[in-house]
Amino acid sequence: MKIKFWGVRGSIPSPRAGTVRYGGNTTCIEIRTDNNELIILDGGTGIFPLSQTLLKEMPVTANVFITHSHWDHIHGLPFFIPNFIPGNKMRLHGALDPVSGRGIEQVMDVQLQYSYFPVREAEMKASIEYVSLSPGETVQAGSATVTATLLNHPVVNFGYRVECNGKSLFFTGDHEPYSNIYSPGDESYEEYRGLIEAQERIVFDAMHGVDVLIADSSYTINEYPAKQGWGHGTFDSCMQMADAVGAKILYCTHHEPTRDDDVLEREFAKALERHPRRKGMADFRLAREGIEIEF
Amino acid sequence: MNEISEELNKKLGEAVERMPAFPKSVQKILELTRDLNCSPKVLVQVIENDPVITMKILRVLNSAYYRLPSKITSINHSVVFLGLNTVKNIALSIAAIGIMPKKNAAGFDVGQYLLHSLSTAAIAKHLCGKIGGADPMDCYVAGLLHDFGKVVFAQFMPEQFKTALEKSPELNISLFTAEQAAIGTDHTVVGSMLAEKWQFPKPLIDSIRNHHSEKAGETVMGACVFAANQISKKMQYGSAGDTRIESLPPAVAKHFGSSLEVLIDSIGDDELGRILEHAKQFSQVDAS
Repeated sequence: MKIKFWGVRGSIPSPRAGTVRYGGNTTCIEIRTDNNELIILDGGTGIFPLSQTLLKEMPVTANVFITHSHWDHIHGLPFFIPNFIPGNKMRLHGALDPVSGRGIEQVMDVQLQYSYFPVREAEMKASIEYVSLSPGETVQAGSATVTATLLNHPVVNFGYRVECNGKSLFFTGDHEPYSNIYSPGDESYEEYRGLIEAQERIVFDAMHGVDVLIADSSYTINEYPAKQGWGHGTFDSCMQMADAVGAKILYCTHHEPTRDDDVLEREFAKALERHPRRKGMADFRLAREGIEIEF
Repeated sequence: MNEISEELNKKLGEAVERMPAFPKSVQKILELTRDLNCSPKVLVQVIENDPVITMKILRVLNSAYYRLPSKITSINHSVVFLGLNTVKNIALSIAAIGIMPKKNAAGFDVGQYLLHSLSTAAIAKHLCGKIGGADPMDCYVAGLLHDFGKVVFAQFMPEQFKTALEKSPELNISLFTAEQAAIGTDHTVVGSMLAEKWQFPKPLIDSIRNHHSEKAGETVMGACVFAANQISKKMQYGSAGDTRIESLPPAVAKHFGSSLEVLIDSIGDDELGRILEHAKQFSQVDAS
């Protein structure tokens, strides 16, 4: 299995001199199975440069999995160039929105409106198929299987486990570790704690033993208290999670948009010091736009 | 003969989708959601004390889409599962429908109904805590929703329900018997069929279905709801249009090992006082 990061920035595209090494595009990850089948995780602005490289291998069949519908994970979708060319196929997977009651087609529909984009969906020449997944559901994408797990974010967010030929990867999309809304002593504290533990078990089981864990580490532990409930993790929470699930490699991603490369490396190094590595433990890395790994 | 047709079931289900929640909770939800950092536990408390919002949120969670291995009855569980912001936005979309009118064509007092439902919920939870064998919060939800069928009647079949409300004291028959005569079915059937349609957990469906039947004694939850309903009526904590007190059938009484009167004494005045205060706080029967 091969992966390539096309966008590692959270919240909003952040191109500037200070982010030139890690990149300013929002979330998009390209996966190639051993048969070179294409799977794309999220459609942030990184999907645009990715889509340009696909023009040399048409007809394209793209299995796209959207973790959640916040802009930074979908706003590159209208610029997925293969969608304009007949013969190409895109199968877009994602969650149903329990508030609107609509499926994953909603993320294209809301963007391809006259006021916001010049091309209507009906005018796109490729075949576009929508697959709304249930939590826990596994689908086939070429020779890979992809399983959706409900995580913790202010909108329904699926983490995806991708498996192919004995190799595996888990991408969280956006995820904040669960926390108790009650204080010790409140009547519901214990009940809530039990519910969190049960949900956490489901999440950790879904990540168990992956070769590569790609996780949302937007904040530093110092920033986190002011951002609790915003739906993101920290370098430290991701490192703890990687160790808890026995992942082999952790990629920290969804870099905070105001964080320049030097600061990003410095904060990551500090977190690494708090989680010293021994032989056999997960390897912790920073996700960087453009890097490609094979495992 | 008391079952309702598939067509009516579908129609009532759709109607409940458009049913507004109770005034105090709507007001509170609008107020809380204006603040980005609203207290999660206060929001949960508002939701779990409104039968309409609770019903609708459990409906979303228990739908086939989520394929949950075990059904969800608690709002806390729905917050862990879907996240606070999503639950908040579902609540907000329900609040946006409007406010349940205090006056309806059936002459059914929704404020008194809410007070009765909230006190039944709290008593059922208390009883369950005493005897064990079920989750007290599940019993709370079952108590809160046991008479849901009546609000459905008041909203969508007001004329027939009005007849039932009048005939019950006039002929000295229970309200559910009067409903069967006037409507062709009763609130236990309608409430439980909605719960079944929305794939609620079986013990919850059964507790709603059996709260006037000796079958209530088949489960701890059923027994707690049956007894709590009678205690709430006996104490006159609100009213859902039925003032007749039923004694505990043997199958129900055996869970508590006592009669209704002894059971009330065992709860004690202090606890009953707290239960009434809690119910009043969320029902706001004095609101216009």
